[in-house]
Amino acid sequence: MSESSGPAPQAAGLSRRRLFGLVGAGTAGALVAGGVGGAIGRATADDAPAGPSATDAVPFTGAHQAGIVTPAQDRLHFVAFDVTTDSREDLVEMLRAWTEAARRMTAGQDAGPVGAVDGNRYAPPDDTGEALGLPPSGLTLTIGFGPTLFTAADGTDRFGLAARRPAPLAELPAFPGDQLDPALSGGDICIQACANDPQVAVHAVRNLVRLGAGVVSVRWSQLGFGRTSSTSTGQATPRNLFGFKDGTDNLKAENATALDRFVWVDRGDSGGDWLAGGSYLVTRRIRMLIEPWDTSSLDEQEKTIGRTKGAGAPLGQRAEFDPVDFTARADGDAAIPETSHVFLAHPTNSGTAILRRGYSFVDGSDGLGRLDAGLFFIAYQRDPETGFVQVQRNLRTDRLNEYIRHTSSAVFACPPGLRDEHDWWGRQLFGG
Amino acid sequence: MSLRDHRLALLPLLATAALTAACGGSDDGDGGGGPTDRIAVAASDDACDVDTTELPAGVHRFTVENSGSKVTEFYVYAEGDRVMAEVENIAPGLSRDLPVELPAGEYEAACKPGMVGDGIRTRLTVTGESAKLSEDERLAQAGTDYQRYVQSQTAAFLERTTAFVDAVKAGDVEGAKALYPVARTYWERTEPVAESFGDLDPIIDGREGDQEPGQDFTGFHRIEQALWVGGTTEGMATYADQLLTNVQEIVDRANQVTLDPLQLANGAKALLDEIATGKITGEEERYSHTDLWDFDANLEGSKAAVQALRPYLEENDPELVAQIDERFAAVESELEQYRAGEGWMLYDQLSQENLRGLSDSVTALTESVSQVAAVVADR
Repeated sequence: MSESSGPAPQAAGLSRRRLFGLVGAGTAGALVAGGVGGAIGRATADDAPAGPSATDAVPFTGAHQAGIVTPAQDRLHFVAFDVTTDSREDLVEMLRAWTEAARRMTAGQDAGPVGAVDGNRYAPPDDTGEALGLPPSGLTLTIGFGPTLFTAADGTDRFGLAARRPAPLAELPAFPGDQLDPALSGGDICIQACANDPQVAVHAVRNLVRLGAGVVSVRWSQLGFGRTSSTSTGQATPRNLFGFKDGTDNLKAENATALDRFVWVDRGDSGGDWLAGGSYLVTRRIRMLIEPWDTSSLDEQEKTIGRTKGAGAPLGQRAEFDPVDFTARADGDAAIPETSHVFLAHPTNSGTAILRRGYSFVDGSDGLGRLDAGLFFIAYQRDPETGFVQVQRNLRTDRLNEYIRHTSSAVFACPPGLRDEHDWWGRQLFGG
Repeated sequence: MSLRDHRLALLPLLATAALTAACGGSDDGDGGGGPTDRIAVAASDDACDVDTTELPAGVHRFTVENSGSKVTEFYVYAEGDRVMAEVENIAPGLSRDLPVELPAGEYEAACKPGMVGDGIRTRLTVTGESAKLSEDERLAQAGTDYQRYVQSQTAAFLERTTAFVDAVKAGDVEGAKALYPVARTYWERTEPVAESFGDLDPIIDGREGDQEPGQDFTGFHRIEQALWVGGTTEGMATYADQLLTNVQEIVDRANQVTLDPLQLANGAKALLDEIATGKITGEEERYSHTDLWDFDANLEGSKAAVQALRPYLEENDPELVAQIDERFAAVESELEQYRAGEGWMLYDQLSQENLRGLSDSVTALTESVSQVAAVVADR
């Protein structure tokens, strides 16, 4: 199809990754694989990564689902589904089929047991083929269940799950300035596909969509091309499309105590009987008003964010990881303005913490010559009310609001990880 | 007109298709020693009285008399609405004969006054000896059954196209507009056969912009454009004459074709792809917006092809048959919401949400029907 089909796929995959390492993140950006509980080393420029490379597989089973504290991969394909069947049995059957396909694809195999090219000539192949020859590329597939799966908008108990809906799994409240498109919001089920190769992520979603025919229908989807958070101390902090480092003070995989407090649902929490070890996922498609931002001064940009654009240091400090000091003064004023994003979002002032895992997106342009671009914000938390909602409420006076619009919103409960090769997505919920 | 690659894919297969005489199947009525009786069917706008409903196995001749005010159709269905025999387009006051060979089993007779919906149905019970067909015989029978279906469609296609052409030439814009989607229904039902003649398809069904350099824009859509965009039949007489000539030619050719089982399976899937790529997008009828007529016709045509294979599929993959039945029913009920009188709502009256419901149901059905070819090919 293109000149890129020339070299051996494996070699091409590796070279693409090496290229990214140099351009995007420096050697410190080399990804260190490892699921939850795995040994995650700290990789620095002087310390070659001991773990597998960005092309390797991430384990599919574990106490928690992969794709949450897994070091954030470079690419995202996120998809939200409506369930179109009334049959609980068909839904469960599909979830089992999805699990098997996901297990195979995250290991770098074809979606089905026969494969893209070895089946009956007269049957559609059980894999679509575009990932043939590509390495696993750190693919993670993370599933979540939306509030409407449990109870329809009219109150119908669709699949006998209404009684099992945890209290925190509710539609998010409206926030000032929301410009949500209902067609791009909500959903009964979501799949977050992250990988270091966009084709691998797209392949995974495409095959799950194909397997879901007659049971689910894609409600909306979002591609993301550059991680905007680091979720491990082994990762360099990337920049978002405003040009600022994003995610410096994120919750990190290495901080197990904070994760237990802020990210993982506990057995004693509402819904803990099936959701313990899982987490709530909030997504917001945040359109960045690129052109006004690009015509604002550096001073305005830095005061809006609360960090320096170069190093990413908190204003009044020198280096990225210097502690944020809200008492620091500059020119007679607070160095970090009280209306800056960092001031309002920081755990010190928001009173909570969330694990951010967002991606940049550019969905072409908007017909007026402006980039339709921004941040597809993803956050994991133990309870949306004390997580994202609490932070977002605190952002009411955020100076950044002038430059952003929230256009899509969704919330999902992501069950815990799969315990073994027989386990399937939703087992704890559907009681199989 | 479908995507080019569908046509190309089907052509080499057709080249090897057996060409049989137009009088194949049971239409000649002497396959089983001649019809043993005549069964009167009194059809009206609200009744369909079948004289005898308990029959011995063998060949029977139904005589359908339409005393109503609407054009009607008469069908004999086996399980799953597999068409055993049908006669289309019975005008008010007319009587038509339909010979059909019925092995022992349960059937339904149906009249469709106004040619819409499931029809007025009567159960038929056929008893007696009937030889069990081998798998090969079942597959061979599928081709014959489907050929009979195609022939019933082509006959009505020619009649309705003639009426449409007459209206165009008479300058009757409103009459031509009313006949346009009806004539096209028969074309759309049998499109995998009709469009396999690659020389005729573009000049009958080509859309504006699809022509080779220097080639004129002709056929149904040329006249559609004049009727709906220009509101006139002016300058269309030549195109109308040419259309009728080409339709006559394609009907003659289509009547000679017997599809093999694999072609039937692929044709059933191709018709659903037609819906997904041309009708749900509103591309097919870009001026008249009568896409739902075509949608319904593609769906019926796909069902006819699958049902011709049904006896074989039931032996070899009953679960798939059950799923296909369920999903055909789901698409039909989704589509039924947009019925308007004896026709359908126009494409531009449907919301995005309406279209999505239709699309989801067709996607699911296509997934099931795409499995049929491999079951057939296993033979």
